[in-house]
Amino acid sequence: MNSLDQLFVNANAFLLGLLPVWARPWISILVRLSVIAVLAPAIMMYLTWIERKIIARMQNRFGPDRVGVYGLAQPLADGLKMLIKEDIVPRGADRLLHLAAPILSVVPAILLFAVLPFGRNMIPADLNVGLLYFFAVSSVGSYAIFMGGWASRSKFSILGAMRSVAQIISYEVPGVLSVVAVIMVTGTLSTAGIVEAQAERWFLFTPWGFVGCLMFFLSGVAEVNRTPFDMPEAESELVAGFHTEYSGMKFALWYMAEFLESFAVCAFTVTFFLGGWHAPAVPFWTLALLLAIIVGAGTRLAIPVRGAGVLAMLGAGALWGAQPIPSWIWFFAKTYALIFVLVWLRGTLPRLRIDQLMGLAWKFFLPLGLVNILAAGLWTQFPFPLGTAAAALLLIIAGWLLVRANAPQSLQPQRVYVFAD
Amino acid sequence: MIGAGVLRGMGVTFKTLLETYPWGRAILRTLQIPVTDGIFTIPYPETKQQHPERFRYFPFLVYDGTPDNLRCVACKICEQECPPQSIHIVMEKDEQGRPVKAHGRTLPKQFDVDMSICMSCRICVDVCPFDAIEMDNEYELSASDRYEHMIFDKHKLLKSAEYFQKIKPTEAATVDQRLAAKKAKTASPTGDKPSQPSGP
Amino acid sequence: MELKAGISPTIETQQLEVNLGPQHPSTHGVFRMIATLDGETIVKLKPVMGYLHRNHEQIGERITYIGSFPFTDRLDYFCAMSNNFGLALAIEQLGGIQASERGEYLRVIMAELTRLVNHTAVIGFLLNDMGAFGTPLLYAFREREKILDLFEAASGSRMMCNYVRPGGVREDVPEGWLERTRAIVNAFPRFLDEFEKLLTENEIVQQRCKHVGVLSKELAMNASVTGPMLRASGVNYDIRKVDGYSIYPRFTFRVPLGTVGDVYDRYYVRILEMRESLKILEQALKGIPGGPAISPKGQAIGKAPRTFRPPKGAAYGRIEAPKGELGFYLVSDGSPQPYRYHVRAPSFVNLTVLEDLCIGHKVADVIIILGSVDIVMGEVDR
Repeated sequence: MNSLDQLFVNANAFLLGLLPVWARPWISILVRLSVIAVLAPAIMMYLTWIERKIIARMQNRFGPDRVGVYGLAQPLADGLKMLIKEDIVPRGADRLLHLAAPILSVVPAILLFAVLPFGRNMIPADLNVGLLYFFAVSSVGSYAIFMGGWASRSKFSILGAMRSVAQIISYEVPGVLSVVAVIMVTGTLSTAGIVEAQAERWFLFTPWGFVGCLMFFLSGVAEVNRTPFDMPEAESELVAGFHTEYSGMKFALWYMAEFLESFAVCAFTVTFFLGGWHAPAVPFWTLALLLAIIVGAGTRLAIPVRGAGVLAMLGAGALWGAQPIPSWIWFFAKTYALIFVLVWLRGTLPRLRIDQLMGLAWKFFLPLGLVNILAAGLWTQFPFPLGTAAAALLLIIAGWLLVRANAPQSLQPQRVYVFAD
Repeated sequence: MIGAGVLRGMGVTFKTLLETYPWGRAILRTLQIPVTDGIFTIPYPETKQQHPERFRYFPFLVYDGTPDNLRCVACKICEQECPPQSIHIVMEKDEQGRPVKAHGRTLPKQFDVDMSICMSCRICVDVCPFDAIEMDNEYELSASDRYEHMIFDKHKLLKSAEYFQKIKPTEAATVDQRLAAKKAKTASPTGDKPSQPSGP
Repeated sequence: MELKAGISPTIETQQLEVNLGPQHPSTHGVFRMIATLDGETIVKLKPVMGYLHRNHEQIGERITYIGSFPFTDRLDYFCAMSNNFGLALAIEQLGGIQASERGEYLRVIMAELTRLVNHTAVIGFLLNDMGAFGTPLLYAFREREKILDLFEAASGSRMMCNYVRPGGVREDVPEGWLERTRAIVNAFPRFLDEFEKLLTENEIVQQRCKHVGVLSKELAMNASVTGPMLRASGVNYDIRKVDGYSIYPRFTFRVPLGTVGDVYDRYYVRILEMRESLKILEQALKGIPGGPAISPKGQAIGKAPRTFRPPKGAAYGRIEAPKGELGFYLVSDGSPQPYRYHVRAPSFVNLTVLEDLCIGHKVADVIIILGSVDIVMGEVDR
């Protein structure tokens, strides 16, 4: 069990053991780099496949199913197509920046992987300022987007780029604020340290962690320009936003950056709030029991179904208790579950308007983030039942007040429609 | 409650996602949630949609028995009535300019339909007094050259009455009935026609 | 910059002119809007049309009355059946043709099915304009396909039906068609419920749609806007009720009216209208009589279009098409071709208020306002 968990770590150590001592650090860096270099495009390619497949199913379609089994070779075919497509640079565009922008957007997206703890002892670079590094690197993407929009010399591009910059800068604030609570509680900026701190309890299951998780995830969704916050590339308004004038491989690079960043957002949400590579600990036993009771008591289900459900729940609880599943599988499972949510959002929702989006960031997320820090303080200051209750109460009151204060006119109760004869 | 509408909408899409898988449908059924049809697209080249009998695409010319026994008499009514004017007909004539007759009828020397112009409106079929032109249901006609391949000449257009009966049994039956009635009415005593209208 | 007390400092901004269309993902075809933006706010919007002009009216004056039918299919290609219906009514008026009883019922059934097709598709496209990734649109298309299958079974074509004729319909519906239609009509409310569950109370949809593009009652009437758009502004004007053409007076149905006249009302009035259409369909499918589907005179015209020489005069046939008042104005000079053939296209007339609706809103709103107006370029440009 442990050997499976530490498979990659041990393999790496064994490989390095064969080498002379002076070469080990260099080769170690090389190994980590090459793993990321292989992993990143693979993740991106299959994210597109997953997204297309899931959304297709949500729309009663098959999705890609022509190339390979279940269309699994579709991303390869797409990549090939992108490679051989004509690369068009608009007349009057700044050719150098036009080329540099997509590259500049992919590089930070890949760099984000450096501080991701993929599993126990599996982190490419355990920086003691990993969290700062994450925010610093991920905000470089906005430069790239503005650069691309500006260099294209197209009005749609520039509008999309301006929206993008406004949006990314706005959403970084609640994103950082939601993580401040995590730093307060764990006392470390290292991503590996944050994951270690969640061994007993995922932060999702604390009042401040729940709110923080939602805020961090939604801000992340906004930062990587995905529905319902995909203003910068709002296809129905701005054609394709900042990458309107891109084609061929440069366009593919934009996409790659976007998908890698979405993966990174999901992965960092998992790291900060969902326990990282930890298997669910105690709370999940209770959850499994609770689910089993609910399923067992469900009157809508046939008795054999109920029985099977109860058994499945208890079995799942037992499995979690035993934790035979390697840590890196837990990490990827949680990340992909979040990615499913991301795709699900995209498959369901229309997009907000730019002013509504900014209003959400500044009028709702920002004050809530500040209150959340206070809640986390309460949670750490007082012992278990009191601290949790106080934090929860504070957040509920604050949330309610903020909703009341910001409730848009358009969400007033249902309208009445007259019927004339 | 703000957010409930969004969550409900997500419920709808998730249900649709489940509906497209057999196991998902099983789950929904056990939960007694009404299940709709699931995937409704057709993987086209492998499976093809069953077209109803009346499905119409491009016109074709009907012949009885042998390809030289056309029902068309080159009266040019369809040419005249065709809204986008995609039909071009030249009557078969001898050197003196008199119409040549075969099987007691005049016949077209040239009968071209430009399929890239034809809009499948079926007016030519409606106006034809001789039931000589009918709508085909062959639809996989893509071609690379507009003039070479999309202008159908007489030979390309000719199809047998049996083919018509096969693709459109109900319509062919009424057409045959009508033709038989017409024939009985104007039964010519000369009787030099070897072929007769086929059909029930 | 010198600032005087009492005068608030204003930021001088440069206006930006953006060309939305003719090639743009959400202008519903080749429509073009020249929008002047201040930041993201619309200051001026100039619609440009004519990119899909196909000379429909001139062609109509050069061919027989029947020959125009296939071209009307291509006006508003979502509603071929009701377009045919409008022209058939005009020709009936001109030639004094009486439609057969069954033909009338079939035409009404087709017209109401067309309304379902159009409204579901429009709502789907509206949501696409709003940025949904096609999901509502494909749900709408899923149901639309079922109705198009019905059209195909009856007329031989899914979209370019060319089915309705003066005096009735071209040929009777095939066996079993009415049962199939009944089944689809009965299943339709469930789809509408699900569709509403997905959209009506969705907060994002509400935020995007409510109080956006408000069309006042006065402006709507002055600009002779018709159809769901007018009714969303609260004006009770439905030609099925006002004119009582065909056999509509026999059916009981209500006309849903909006109160605000914004995009959301336009969306919801369409949903309600579909529910009313289903009522009409149920009644029509129950009451449909036997007999010929087309009157003898109509059949004769269909067989030989050139023999139809209506007396000198003019006629205006209008119907409540899904998009509004669709009128066909025909002037006859006694020849087989009309002397004047004019189409009053609802999309085109409804589009005239576009600038008034858009000014002061954001770019994103322009797109959904255009989507809620429900245009089809084939009809706007003709």
